[in-house]
Amino acid sequence: MEPRVDSSLQHEAMISLRNLRVNYGEREILHGLSFEVVRGETLVILGGSGSGKSTLLRALVGLERPSSGEIWVKGKNLAVVSDAEMNEIRKRIGMSFQGGALFGSMTVGENVALPLREHTKLEEPTIEIIVRLKLDQVGLAGFETYLPSQLSGGMRKRAAVARAMAMDPEILFFDEPSAGLDPIIAAGVDELILELKKAFHMTIVVVTHELASAFLIADRMVLIDKGNIVAIGSKEEMRSSTHPRVRQFLDRIAESEVLEEADYLQMLTEDHPRKRNSMTKRGGA
Amino acid sequence: MELTAQIGGSVTDGLAYLGSLASLSSRAAYFTFVAPFRGKPLRFRQAVSQAMQAGVRALPILSLITFFIGLILALQSAYELRKFGAITFVANAVAISMTRELGPLITAIVVIGRSGSAFAAEIGTMRVTEEIDALETMAIHPVDFLVAPKFLAMVVMLPCLTIWANSMGILGGALFGVTRAGFFFSRYAHASLDALFLRDIVTGLIKSVVFGITIAAVGCHEGLSTGTGPEEVGRRTTRAVVVSIFLVILVDLVFTALFFFIGGG
Repeated sequence: MEPRVDSSLQHEAMISLRNLRVNYGEREILHGLSFEVVRGETLVILGGSGSGKSTLLRALVGLERPSSGEIWVKGKNLAVVSDAEMNEIRKRIGMSFQGGALFGSMTVGENVALPLREHTKLEEPTIEIIVRLKLDQVGLAGFETYLPSQLSGGMRKRAAVARAMAMDPEILFFDEPSAGLDPIIAAGVDELILELKKAFHMTIVVVTHELASAFLIADRMVLIDKGNIVAIGSKEEMRSSTHPRVRQFLDRIAESEVLEEADYLQMLTEDHPRKRNSMTKRGGA
Repeated sequence: MELTAQIGGSVTDGLAYLGSLASLSSRAAYFTFVAPFRGKPLRFRQAVSQAMQAGVRALPILSLITFFIGLILALQSAYELRKFGAITFVANAVAISMTRELGPLITAIVVIGRSGSAFAAEIGTMRVTEEIDALETMAIHPVDFLVAPKFLAMVVMLPCLTIWANSMGILGGALFGVTRAGFFFSRYAHASLDALFLRDIVTGLIKSVVFGITIAAVGCHEGLSTGTGPEEVGRRTTRAVVVSIFLVILVDLVFTALFFFIGGG
């Protein structure tokens, strides 16, 4: 089905996807996605496991090359840019990985300083000041000399955010910011994302399957299922959506409950019943 | 037909593997030797720390092993030489076989066990924990950041370790020479030096440089090709060791044959 195109967008698009397709080998993971991320907004990409949301994020930061379609970031199409151009774009974006992906052999301070030491000609004292500033912004002042292994899960995520922000990026990407954290710590990370948005007017793209977190931080949401966009819109539009797949996701209905008896039998007897798109046409709630 | 197809398949797979090793090595060589002249400073500190880890810390175990190998060589050659009353040639036998063959080879095998496996495990773990992806999103080339310092360390340290291994092997031979073959230590040392031509030492060292490149390439390549999941790290590490040993022996054969035919021995 066609994703709803948001006609109210009058602002500048920071990222714009046109019919994006990504393959892993023979298998197509994303089947032609098109949407835009507007400057200053927080866009949450929602989806279940295996929906293709992580692949989408990897494509947005240039870790996966599209098999066809276009990804426009800062006026450059990531599908065709050279390595040098890609690196220039990457210096303007920050990415916070699911597990933090901090370098275990370096201290927290060295982790945050790394992009500055690699890409700028700043003097060492200046870098130290920036590192302290960034760590303070994520609530980790004074932890410069700690190794990542000495930090808790939530602190590691914050440190990863500080590293992602080291170069003052225009776009910040988060992969599953609350994964593996207890609800209180996860709420703290959500709070941090809201603060960043408020303080720096950053464009933020978050991939998650946590509904509570998504509804807290999002300006707009995209729901992805099996490599297709199911719905795109504001929080309110999502809440009031009657689309069965959206309802199923938001109301947390297990897959088997949506199936009618005959289909359930078919699912047990057939090889790949879930590939049929009839599933999405059926009412869930 | 099936068999032919299988053989053909393995040959192309093998060639493709060698190709990816060559491409990784050439990129590492670019970042080590060319990029520093284009304003990208060499990661000297990392290279030194790698050299410490792969080279200096290997000295105790390498010394012990090559000392024993030297002793074994002396015992084995004495067994045969004794029959001809030529036991004094033990010094020559040990010196020549250590410098030409066993010094470089044993060094390479010790380094594979200590460092080749460590390269694969370290880079593989970084792949699994998305640290490699993090490097790329920070516009830092993983080959530049991780692989090039390891290459430099290997290319410099392997010949150094080999020289050390040669000396320890000769020392092991001397233990036999002094206790069982009536040598004074200084005479044994002289006999060893007299037996050696510069060519013997140089060919061994040339081989050791190529061994170093091979070990770094295989270890790093296996690490970088790690898929998802921790069990994959273990598999890649094992593979790095097995493939490195095989390729080092293969390289050894090729170079020994090359030296034999172009240098007349």
